[in-house]
Amino acid sequence: MRVPAFDSSIPDVLIAGGGNAALCAAIVAARAGAQVLLVERAPKSYRGGNTRHTRNMRVAHDAANEILTGPYPVAEFWDDLLRVTKGRTNEELAQLTLEQSSELWDFLWAQGVRYQPSLGGTLSLGRTNAFFLGGGRTMLNALYHTAEDLGVAIRYDTTLVDLAIHDGHFEHAVLEHDGQRETVPAQSFIAASGGFEANLEWLIEAWGPAARNFIIRGTPYNRGEVLRLLLDAGVAQVADAKQGHAVAIDGRAPKFDGGIVTRLDCVPFGIVLNNHAERFYDEGEDFWPKRYAIWGRLVADQPDQVGHVIIDEKSIRLFMPSVFDPVTADTIEELATQIGLDPEAVRASIDAFNTACQPGHFDHTTHDDCATEGLTPPKSHWARPIDTPPFYAYTLRPGITFTYLGVQVDRQARMQMANGQPADNLYAAGEIMAGNVLGEGYLAGIGMTIGSVFGRLAGASAAEHRSQR
Amino acid sequence: MNEPDVRDFNLVDLLSAPQTEAARQMRICNACRYCEGLCAVFPAMEQRLTFGGADVDYLSNLCHNCGACYQACQYGPPHEFAINVPQAMADLRQESYERYVWPASFAGLLARNGLWLGIASALATALFLIGLVIWHQPGALFSAYTGPGAFYDLIPHGVLVIIFGLLLGYAVLAMGLSVRRFWLASARIPKLAAGAAGQAIHDAATLKYLDGGGPGCMTEDARPDDKRRFYHHAAAYGFLLCLASTSLATICHYLGSEAPYPVWHPVVILGVVGGVGLIVGPLGLLIGRGWRANARQAQAGSDIGLTFIVMLLATSTSGLALLALRSTPAMGTVLALHLGIVAALFASMPYGKFVHGLHRLATLLRHAHEQRTKMV
Ligand SMILES: Cc1cc2nc3c(=O)[nH]c(=O)nc-3n(C[C@H](O)[C@H](O)[C@H](O)COP(=O)(O)OP(=O)(O)OC[C@H]3O[C@@H](n4cnc5c(N)ncnc54)[C@H](O)[C@@H]3O)c2cc1C
Ligand code: SF4
Ligand code: SF4
Repeated sequence: MRVPAFDSSIPDVLIAGGGNAALCAAIVAARAGAQVLLVERAPKSYRGGNTRHTRNMRVAHDAANEILTGPYPVAEFWDDLLRVTKGRTNEELAQLTLEQSSELWDFLWAQGVRYQPSLGGTLSLGRTNAFFLGGGRTMLNALYHTAEDLGVAIRYDTTLVDLAIHDGHFEHAVLEHDGQRETVPAQSFIAASGGFEANLEWLIEAWGPAARNFIIRGTPYNRGEVLRLLLDAGVAQVADAKQGHAVAIDGRAPKFDGGIVTRLDCVPFGIVLNNHAERFYDEGEDFWPKRYAIWGRLVADQPDQVGHVIIDEKSIRLFMPSVFDPVTADTIEELATQIGLDPEAVRASIDAFNTACQPGHFDHTTHDDCATEGLTPPKSHWARPIDTPPFYAYTLRPGITFTYLGVQVDRQARMQMANGQPADNLYAAGEIMAGNVLGEGYLAGIGMTIGSVFGRLAGASAAEHRSQR
Repeated sequence: MNEPDVRDFNLVDLLSAPQTEAARQMRICNACRYCEGLCAVFPAMEQRLTFGGADVDYLSNLCHNCGACYQACQYGPPHEFAINVPQAMADLRQESYERYVWPASFAGLLARNGLWLGIASALATALFLIGLVIWHQPGALFSAYTGPGAFYDLIPHGVLVIIFGLLLGYAVLAMGLSVRRFWLASARIPKLAAGAAGQAIHDAATLKYLDGGGPGCMTEDARPDDKRRFYHHAAAYGFLLCLASTSLATICHYLGSEAPYPVWHPVVILGVVGGVGLIVGPLGLLIGRGWRANARQAQAGSDIGLTFIVMLLATSTSGLALLALRSTPAMGTVLALHLGIVAALFASMPYGKFVHGLHRLATLLRHAHEQRTKMV
């Protein structure tokens, strides 16, 4: 590992974090001539936070290119964002993000990032989202190489544990490596250390004890201490702690870092029961890609934070399966026993559902006319009696992707203080400030967009701050 | 479009541990798909509904261990999913060479390949030396020969043609039969799609997939470069040029022009250029193996790749040494050594890394066909 010698000289820019936002900031600052020190809490093999789990980035563009299948103008991007956030967004910063997103394709290409057509099973994103060749980790490898070549000093296994900030002015940070603490001053500081999604205690504080059963889809390293230090030092807060991106995933996923392969797409084809063997929401409300994000919350509100999807032989081949095998049985009662539910109660729920199913023409590619009648909650589409053995069950759990609570920033990615003043030399990028754009809701690929746009802004501002001295 | 169904991964049919491990990993890859654009393995995998033994053998030969997916994988060790596709494929590939070898009872030669090759070349060299000595007066071996027919004063052309003709003939037959077994086990294609053969030959000749989806092969620190493709080209085309040189020499001989040839002669030029390629290529590959992450080398069995590279190097160095020393008293000994090494190389071809070329060509052919018909 490279151990940079900062004993003699003070870095111009100190960056906490090692994901997309941090690397974009480091590269831009280094290109502007700044001496950059980047500290990443993870070891090298796990570097890059949630970014290593990503696959694409949403970018505005006026024309198709060799990979993106059609234009995606800023105006359309804006409409999409307004819809998913229900207007809970800072319009000025959101517009800035969308406008600058159109530069990201070329910017990242110049740092060595390559693209590929949308992956099998994600055709709907082929127009709007740039997929990274080899996924987020390959994308990150390219950014790290570029940063190394530009002379950015990178320390792995190094955690920022304390910040000295007075009246919005950053003086030094305390870094911990191998149990050793060290004080590192810098001309300016960029926080790119993600949200607090991997901090169960904080999640429990926000969500109540239910959060104990949440699965963290990404990195275990985003524990939010930097965010807390900043808020405690008087930086203004955006979004509330309960907001974030959470989906329903396979309940057998590992507690951390299970990533994309634990997704489960079968909900619209069956029914979902809670631990009392009761249905609790319309499984056929809309196509799964439009609904999977609300199911994270729905399951989180159920007893023990668990849901059980039950489908039969007719539907088992209609979706991309999880990486785990379903529980399988020849009778509903046997299936219920295997998943630990009361067989009679499950039988009753299935019977009620089956009788309520109205005849129709099943078509999983459209909003078909297979619906229930007289059932609460209803199932509005793709409702077919569950009657053909073998029967299958999958467990659903809430999987948290990232949190939105963050620090408020301006157009330069400069943090704003709670007293209304801009901070002096504090900047933020990525998840830690995503709440400025995302008050609630989510658009696939916008997490990376926010990280790159504000990473670039923060890197430029921090380098500029130095040259003003 | 139908999504493939990973529930059909046919674990019961899978016989060996490497196959089970590959199927386990593919199931995760199939749910992830981030590497889809890196090489032919991933798209081929997604087309598959079942993963019987022969299918994973096919997939493993579609992988050329560039390492791009290893560096790409968010589930690589120490992650509990422990995904290391290049290594799983390398283990399987090694096993697949053994599975389809002809005759089947020789499979053990692949497992103990390095040792066997060493013994074979030593034996062959010794035989040549003894043969030469018996043929001539003992002193004749160490006197300087020059002028037309000098090599053949030591060992008659007819004898060389018979020995090497037989060896090469056997090698071609054995390799032909084993690649046929591989082809029949993994692909029963009644009629190849138009253009598939051309595409396969093109992809093989240009090492199309040795670029990790664009940026080149991976090195230790995940910085892609194009070196491995360059060195592989040098080795493969160097080998072909040497073969061309030898064949041309045989033809020339029957036309009445005898070796040794003057330096401007096509036989010498082809031989020298080929020989240099055959030194530079294997050397580069050898060094590159050291760079590449150990994590990606096959774990099981002997390192047939290493043995093959060393054999190629020995062939080229002894060949060029022969050219340099051909008018000195050392010529006889160097000739015997060179012929011994070449004989061992030929004899071992069906039971060493050389078969990867044929397996790979067959695999690319099947892949080109599948991509054109999308019938799987
Ligand atoms: C499974 C999964 C799939 C996703 N797919 C996509 C996608 O396809 N497209 C998309 O746009 N978004 C996706 N997202 C969301 C996306 O990952 C994030 O929005 C984005 O990566 C955030 O980038 P970042 O740099 O802010 O944070 P991260 O990439 O998470 O980086 C934070 C970094 O800070 C480090 N760190 C944390 N605390 C400290 C500390 N105290 N000291 C030092 N370092 C610290 C961490 O180790 C980490 O390196 C996905 C998320 C998950 C979990
Ligand atoms: S190697 Fe890893 S990143 Fe690539 S497809 Fe497989 S699981 Fe995904
Ligand atoms: S090592 Fe290279 S060729 Fe082999 S599967 Fe991975 S990307 Fe494909």
